[in-house]
Order: sequence, then structure tokens, then C-alpha cells
Amino acid sequence: MPSVKIPRKSTDTDMTPFVDIAFLILSFFIMATKFKPPEPVEITTPGSVLSQKLPENNAVLITIDSSNKVYFSVLSEKDKSKYDEIINDINTSQNLGLTPAEISNFKQTYMLGVPFGGVKQLLSTPANDQAKLKQPGIPVLDTTNNQLIWWIGAAKRAFAGQKGFKYLIKGDGLSKYPAFEAVVSALKKNEEFKYNLVTSLDDVPGGSEFEKTQTFKPESK
Amino acid sequence: MASIDSGGDGGGHKKGPGVKKAKKLSTRVDMTPMVDLGFLLITFFVFTATMSSPTTLDLNMPKDVDDPLKKTEVKESAVLTILLSKDNHVYYYEGPLEVTEGKNNFKSSTYKEIRQVIINKKNEVKKNFDESKADPKACEDERNAAKKRGDPNWEKACQDIDFMVIIKPSDKATYKNTVDILDEMTINQVKRYAMVKVLKEEMELITATEGN
Repeated sequence: MPSVKIPRKSTDTDMTPFVDIAFLILSFFIMATKFKPPEPVEITTPGSVLSQKLPENNAVLITIDSSNKVYFSVLSEKDKSKYDEIINDINTSQNLGLTPAEISNFKQTYMLGVPFGGVKQLLSTPANDQAKLKQPGIPVLDTTNNQLIWWIGAAKRAFAGQKGFKYLIKGDGLSKYPAFEAVVSALKKNEEFKYNLVTSLDDVPGGSEFEKTQTFKPESK
Repeated sequence: MASIDSGGDGGGHKKGPGVKKAKKLSTRVDMTPMVDLGFLLITFFVFTATMSSPTTLDLNMPKDVDDPLKKTEVKESAVLTILLSKDNHVYYYEGPLEVTEGKNNFKSSTYKEIRQVIINKKNEVKKNFDESKADPKACEDERNAAKKRGDPNWEKACQDIDFMVIIKPSDKATYKNTVDILDEMTINQVKRYAMVKVLKEEMELITATEGN
């Protein structure tokens, strides 16, 4: 009896399209990934419902870590001369006696959290080794010696007339209120009253008034 | 598996008897290790990709004024004072602080419950709103702003104009507490709020409540 011959099918599937897509995704992620700059201190920001984007340029970032230490950093990738202006300003006003090499090292310094007395030592350390240094934080809590006032003053002069210049305050959720208050008072002393607090995005609670405002449609006329 | 097939077998030339047959090597390359590595890299990049970029919260602080005439006028009954203490404790009182025998408006709350307190107070202020007593110019500005936003209830936008929240973070409150309460202002659309230092008497009440 002639038996029905079942044609033998190969179990080998052609995986080429699959692999193609996989590598396409891989290349996308490689290009889209932006590595975080190395941060000397870990900051966990509290959440807020606002989804406003954080500026990356033309800003001064004041960081408060979990042990209430205050750090100062300048975000000005486009115009590197601002770094020089700020550090020169501080150098002259506080008589720090920095060498030109130390002044130019300020550009690479991601975060500065030392009293004026320690600036020279910090800036004489190569930028890559600075993360290992234990920075004591800028003194702010003593109202008579709030050194942040000088740093903000220097930044204010350097960025004078720049449009969209912002003060960012990035505080760790566990830091205590007095440190934040001292930062704000330093800003106030420099006649600056608008700040941006860095937060991570939280969900908007359902049914709240804020949620309603998000759904408004512009009036059609 | 994934492989390049170039038709390696079949179709060789006929060779003479003395000619040694060259060993046939398959041109199929095993791509499995490469694909493995590819997926490993995908996994790595998927995990390291920072999708949640930080956002910002605007904060406008008032200028310190010593001149009492320039200070913001506040209707006392429409004020809600929120005190932030250690260990996520929140206290609040409506209107002026009254702690006498038989009368105590100094209450304790939590970060979850405070939203309802704010909403209740806001509704109360809205209910007691009296158009004839309100500043007409400020009211008009408020309405126009609401109109611009596209608020369908813009006519009522002025009702909570008197409502004011005073936030008083104590020295033991954390930064997170401060941001949380500021966020609460955004969530409940509180238009007027201020951050003020805790008064001595209030601090005493907090310590008395917390017992240390």
C-alpha cells in the first residue's frame, strides 16, 4: 500500500530578520543612552507632580546632600568662560591665591563643596581624583559666615544679562529644612527670588484640582 | 539557526582520478554566540537607559520686607497654617492660633490626610466668599488668568482669592517634607502660599504634643 509520504520539514527557522531587528534595537539604545555624569554624592530627590524639564545649560546648581552638606556647581557647557569668570571673582574677593592651572581646573570640577580655605586644595587635585576627596560642604548654616552668598554673587555677575538663567536647588529628601532655608536666604541676599527645585516625576493624584487643569482645552473662538 | 547559506554543497567539477579531492568546508557560520552577545548588550543598555529625567518645581520667594505697610494683607479667617515637624508629623490650624481652655484648634495630621484638610478649607473659603468685600481688581485679574488657561469655571476663579496657606517647616522637618507640601499646593491649586519660620509658641505646642 502506498503510504502517504509526509514531507520532512526542516526545524531550522531562519532567524536573520529577528537578529536584524535585535541589532537595530541595540543600536538605538546605544545611541539613546546618555550616561550620568559621575556624581560625588548620591542625591535622592523627592517627587513632585510637575513635569517641567530641567535646564542643562545656563544654570547654577546648588546641591544639598543627605547629611546637609551644600555643594555649588555651574552648568554652562556652551560657554566655558563663565567658569573662569566665577572662580576669578571668588579668587579676587577672597584672596585665595589660585594659580592659573587651578583656575582652569574649576571647569572640570563637577561639584564644589568646600569652604574658601579648602578651595585651593580642591582645585589643585586633578578632576578625576576629586570624587575621592571628602568635601565638607560650603558653610551656610552660620548666618554671619554664609559663604554661599559669595558664590551666588559671583555667578550672578558672570551670568548677568543671560536669558533663561536659572538657580536650581537639588536637595536630598532626607536633608533637613535649615540647610534649604540657608540656601534660600543666600539667594535672597543676592536679590534672587525665583528658583527651581529639582524633583523626580510623581503621578498626579486622580480627581485633584491640578488634574482638572491639565485637561483644559484652550477656548475656541 | 541564523546562518549564511551560500550553497556550499553540490555542483563541484568532475575531477580526474589522480586529483585529490579537496575537503569540503561548510561556509555556514554559527551565529549563535554573536546573537547571544547582541542580546546581552540590549539588556545592558535597556537597564542603564535613564528614562526618568529629573523635573523641576518652581519656587518664588517673597522679598523680605520690614515695612509693615508693604506686607501682604491676609484675611485671618481664610488662612490655613501648616506646621511640619520631625518624623513626618504635620500639624495645622485654621485662622489664628487659639489654644485656651475648652478651645483648641491646633490639630495633628499626616501627609496623606493634609490634602483633605486643604480641600475642605478651600471649599469653606469659597462658600464664605463675598463679592462685595473682595478687591475688584485682583478678582478681575484672577478671572482673566483663568480664562486664558481655558478653565471652564473661570467665573468662579475669584472665590478662593482670600485663601492662603502658611507653611512653617520646623528645623527638624526634612527637605522632602517641604517639597511634598509645596507639591500639595500645586495639586490643590492653592494660589497663595508662603513659607514662614515657626513661632516660639507653636514650637512649644509641637514639643508638648510630641512629648520631648
